[in-house]
Amino acid sequence: MTAATARTNGGAAAALLRAHRFRAIELLPWAIAIAVYFLFPGYRLLATQILVLILFAISLDLIVGYAGIVSLGHAAFFGTGAYTAALLADAGWQEPISALALGAVTAGLLGWVSGWIILRTRELTLLMLTMALGIILYELAKDLDDITGGFDGINFENSAILGLFPFDVLYYTTNYWYAFAFLVLGFLVARTVVHAPFGRSLVGIRENVRRMHAIGTPVQQRMRHVYVIAAAIAGVAGAIWVQVQGNITIGVYEFEMSGNILIMLILGGTGRLYGAFIGVTVFTILENLTETVLGTDPPYWELVVGVALVVTVLFAPRGLLGVFDPLIRRFRERSA
Amino acid sequence: MLKHTTGLILAGAVAFAATAEAREIKVGFIAPKSGGAAQLGDQMEKGARLYMKLHAKDLGGDTIKLIVRDSKRPGGPIAKAAAQELIAREKVEILGGVIFSPNAMSIAPLVTAAKVPFVIMNAGTAFITKLSPNIARVSFTMWQAGYIMGEHAAKEMGCKTAISGYTNYPPGKDSVAAFARGFEGAGGKVIDSIPMGGPREAPDFTPFFQRVKDKKPGCFYVFVPAGNHAAGVAKTYLSLGMRKAGVKLIGPGDITQDTQLQGMGKAAVGVITAHHYHADLATPENQAFVKAWKAAYGAKSTPDFVGVGGYDGMAAVFHIIKSAKGGKITADSAIGALKGWHFNSPRGPITIDPETREIVQNVYVAQVYEDKGMLRQKKLKTFEAVKDKCKELKIGRCGK
Repeated sequence: MTAATARTNGGAAAALLRAHRFRAIELLPWAIAIAVYFLFPGYRLLATQILVLILFAISLDLIVGYAGIVSLGHAAFFGTGAYTAALLADAGWQEPISALALGAVTAGLLGWVSGWIILRTRELTLLMLTMALGIILYELAKDLDDITGGFDGINFENSAILGLFPFDVLYYTTNYWYAFAFLVLGFLVARTVVHAPFGRSLVGIRENVRRMHAIGTPVQQRMRHVYVIAAAIAGVAGAIWVQVQGNITIGVYEFEMSGNILIMLILGGTGRLYGAFIGVTVFTILENLTETVLGTDPPYWELVVGVALVVTVLFAPRGLLGVFDPLIRRFRERSA
Repeated sequence: MLKHTTGLILAGAVAFAATAEAREIKVGFIAPKSGGAAQLGDQMEKGARLYMKLHAKDLGGDTIKLIVRDSKRPGGPIAKAAAQELIAREKVEILGGVIFSPNAMSIAPLVTAAKVPFVIMNAGTAFITKLSPNIARVSFTMWQAGYIMGEHAAKEMGCKTAISGYTNYPPGKDSVAAFARGFEGAGGKVIDSIPMGGPREAPDFTPFFQRVKDKKPGCFYVFVPAGNHAAGVAKTYLSLGMRKAGVKLIGPGDITQDTQLQGMGKAAVGVITAHHYHADLATPENQAFVKAWKAAYGAKSTPDFVGVGGYDGMAAVFHIIKSAKGGKITADSAIGALKGWHFNSPRGPITIDPETREIVQNVYVAQVYEDKGMLRQKKLKTFEAVKDKCKELKIGRCGK
């Protein structure tokens, strides 16, 4: 063994060891989120929506970025959590946190049941099945519109959080911190999962499934577990999405919801958790605020979003965060 | 003494400035400007801007700044975030527009909390006005045309049986429920009701229409959303030879929308609809309106009921501003001013019902005919001052 390989081996091991440690720069997104609250009260609902979508994208990143399960039907879980929370509130169960917890349970259950079938397949078949699940639930919610409100949706109210902080339907104060708190929580859960041996084995499955079989990893079980975790987190995101807005429509099950969140994740970069933060924020801001600069005659936002996506795919195939990878690597090498 | 006098003069000057200073009133306008419904949003904005252009002087120096936001998708979240931004950041004093009912529903709690008047210029699901005391609607409800069409079909068209076919979403269900109520109330019988796909894409209507033809009803009532569904309805009706089989095609005016009519071809000739507006109405108000529209937007452009919704909506906004007399516009004063408000619209006289804040308007039964290669609509009968039957009869969520 030469000295050079020993050093790189040592470097790789050290990199693995320090991967789970918090770095100072990880405070940056949270600092921005806190600043946005105070700086842009007029965009607070939009900002709240961004926080919730980040949580949704993180849950998708667990299966797409880490386990390599590409899904075009993740809104199935988002929508199930959302409808659980909304229908409970509509029926009189107005306590938000327990409704949210139940949303996580129903979405997780759906993930467990559907994962049983979906995860037996691979690649295109799997993609089609995830999509099919989303479409089935969408049609179901549409047809049961006496209960779900269907296309028009329903408005409902939640009681104050912990009996102390009522939801604010105009300035979204409590609503913002509610979404913020659960984003922090969801992020910490996801971060723990991906840095645990469980998460490392998922990466192994993604990179070389045969080898993981060969060394005795219960591949199928690991996939199903992460699928349930991702589904439950998506359910939490869905529940918060409707609770902070006090309104639900079948839009939560729409294919666009599944498609857009995947695009946002890819835009930011998969398999790195923070990609969700960047992708969702950039996409949502381009989608919603293009018109405040360029007007609505004609509406340019689709063009702007489209160009941003094409440019990203061409010049930053690993997502917007991936752009920084070579820089960081060079910086590390120099400092080492 | 001198101090006292200058003080008085100053106070007088300030008071004068306060009354004479021209105000700029910000009005938020939410409508789809991209995606499948962009044409509807465009039509509504054109209507609103036409009223602003023609009546700019009515505000006595005050001006309106119309701030347009794109609602993009029918669901709530984007329109709702836009409404929050318009209220909290742009500080709009009046909110208006909205094509889709779910958009209007999601915005309702916001305008209640912010005490901002909200003038709905299209969204037609009947119970929406119940969601906030600060909502007034100047467009229509699905019940107005549907109920009248039902009555008319049974009494005047000699239909004993009918089948309804509808796009499967709340306005469609509203419309056929209203039709059934009117039709059966007048002695007819609805023998079948067929959902025909969702609002997003026009389906192939053949299987649905064939089922209708086989059952041979007197009248076939069709609801499809404004936009590109209507042409398919007329063409399928013709190609299956349903008229020859004795089945009369009827519906709300959504199936003979003026902007879609010419594209439907001769297949549409003879179709009878009930609606609150069509561009061929022979009133002086409407003729002047259509002329002004064509002068502003080109001879090929035509207004339809969505455009009139925008036009009348802006008339309501003007009325709110004028009745505030330079003072602060609050939801209470604005909605108070709109209650019982009367206006000679291109569609005929309209009033806002003081009890429900819902529009009361004429409904016209009209038939499509051909004139020099152009399709036009001929008024057969006028039903005056039609209220929303859904709220009158307290049906479903209208009764809560």
